[in-house]
Amino acid sequence: MVYDLEFEKPLAELEKRIASLQRKGERLRPEEHVQLQEYERELRRRTEEIYRSLTAWQTVQVARHKDRPYTADFIHLMCEEFFELHGDRRVGDDHAIIGGPALFNGETVMIIGHEKGRGMREKMYHNNGMPHPEGYHKAIRLMEQAEKFGYPVICLVDTQGAFPGLEDEERGQGSAIAASLYAMARLRVPIIAAVIGEGGSGGALAISVADRLLMLEYSIYTVAAPEAAASIIWRDKVYAPQAAEAMRISARELYALGLIDELVPEPLGGAHHNHRLAAENLKTALIHHLQELRQIPVDRLVQMRYEKYRAVGPFGFAS
Amino acid sequence: MAKEAAGSSGGPQPEQRSGPGVAPDNLMVKCPKCKEILYSRDWEKNLKVCSRCNYHFRLTAHERVNLLLDPGSFVELDAAMVSVDPLNFVSRSQSYAEKLQEERAKVGLNEGAIRGYGTIEGLPLSLAVMDFRFIGGSMGSVVGEKVTRAIELGLERRWPVLVVSTSGGARMQEGFYSLLQMAKTVAALARLSEAHIPYFSLITDPTTGGVTASFAMLGDVILAEPGALIAFAGPRVIEQFMHVKLPEGTVNSEFVLQHGMIDAVVHRRELRATLARLLRLYKVPEAARAQQPASATAQSQVEVATLLPRQSSQSRAEVGGGQDGLRS
Repeated sequence: MVYDLEFEKPLAELEKRIASLQRKGERLRPEEHVQLQEYERELRRRTEEIYRSLTAWQTVQVARHKDRPYTADFIHLMCEEFFELHGDRRVGDDHAIIGGPALFNGETVMIIGHEKGRGMREKMYHNNGMPHPEGYHKAIRLMEQAEKFGYPVICLVDTQGAFPGLEDEERGQGSAIAASLYAMARLRVPIIAAVIGEGGSGGALAISVADRLLMLEYSIYTVAAPEAAASIIWRDKVYAPQAAEAMRISARELYALGLIDELVPEPLGGAHHNHRLAAENLKTALIHHLQELRQIPVDRLVQMRYEKYRAVGPFGFAS
Repeated sequence: MAKEAAGSSGGPQPEQRSGPGVAPDNLMVKCPKCKEILYSRDWEKNLKVCSRCNYHFRLTAHERVNLLLDPGSFVELDAAMVSVDPLNFVSRSQSYAEKLQEERAKVGLNEGAIRGYGTIEGLPLSLAVMDFRFIGGSMGSVVGEKVTRAIELGLERRWPVLVVSTSGGARMQEGFYSLLQMAKTVAALARLSEAHIPYFSLITDPTTGGVTASFAMLGDVILAEPGALIAFAGPRVIEQFMHVKLPEGTVNSEFVLQHGMIDAVVHRRELRATLARLLRLYKVPEAARAQQPASATAQSQVEVATLLPRQSSQSRAEVGGGQDGLRS
């Protein structure tokens, strides 16, 4: 594993020293062996220390890390079986949102998520996880199918936002997102959404109106990308770190504000250091919430979902 | 509280484009589109539409209400509702709390939307109207709450609901709370829809972001004023992202009409009559009015028209408690 983020420099330094000692293998002198163990302990300690108190901007970098597990990785690691469905049955198939029925802990669920894609070719194929209207129409189609068969819906959220292209305006990006919010508000099966990386604005919200909203420990949920907020409010993109801080975008802060239901722990140094463990943690949390939600009669479930969103947003009265 | 600030944009606003078209002196107004110099009096008589190029100037929320509703029929509710600062948001040297205070003083409204009820050609409706001058018409918790309450009042009284949108999108200073207003308003609309009560959306210049991607685009009937910027991503975002230059007015009312996203583009002078037609066509279903005495149905419209207070009041009556004698 590589520590390649700006704030991980001291970790990268330690890692380099460890690697150079490890290369010696058999030829390691006893005192070097002791040194190696000390470096390894030190690396662990410093990693824990740094990750315990990540700033908002550092969290953004982790949430966007190129090696972070994506939706397809989580599906692969969490589900016994998955069949991908394609197409919105109107215009086309948007690869920025993938989904289909999956066997999850022995039961069929409908799993839907943004997929960013890894590497140049995949990123182009998946449009870096930025959906077109067709993606939301596909998501709605899958949710309605889940409702028909009584399958719970699991949404994995990981996008910078809906794609802001002219063609997306032509095909009704706003309309598509609104339609998805609408469908989720009244869907008569349990919905759990989990933010696995970036929850970017309306494009993320469109598939995360849920009975339970979980977030991985170093994921973020933003009303606008920190860069965009900085250029609007601070009038300069360089203030993105300040904007990230001010908007309280990290999972930890949103949990503290009571806006999400669970903070799912990530492996040491972030999910990208251990996909398997990250997926295990998420799976455990999902199973727990699914079991709870299955106990609730569906009318009550929809009512509770409504009340949850109805209550959001503090206000006061001027005297 | 919400005193009227007719036509004044209140000087340059640091965090948004300043509202176009209001000249420093009161006699003349310059059209920001065709640069024509217009006499204020003619311009106002023409409902603030440029007589040369048909440019629809932006209206304040109260101007909009005066334009659309029967004179004196509007009763404002929750006028005193104000935003709090749930994140203790600070940018540069200014806190969000200070920003709010500044905007309230400048705009003369407590928030970026007003809501209440009234009549159009004697037909009652519940409505919320946004005001772009207040932090770029951004949707924070109060705007979301007022829109939601407007929908709920429609649900409770079985009145059609109208929301007039103009917005730059979500209010960043309220972070995730702001984003969640999209879900809140839409959830309320889903309930309205299940109760078979019509919802009309009127989109005005400019409407982008989270408002476009929620209640603005969910009307049973969606109307827009001519030439209004209507988009999910604004033209500047599209230009930056796509590395293209869009011709002026690429994403506007006519564009979304052409692409099937709205039902009609309506000139400002036709709006009131159009809404009246819709209110006559989309009657709230009789069957669903079961909770009212059968004889009350025919009578109710007259009743409402006569019983609605004649003067615009800034009543703080709550939804639940504010029966206001309407069902006597």
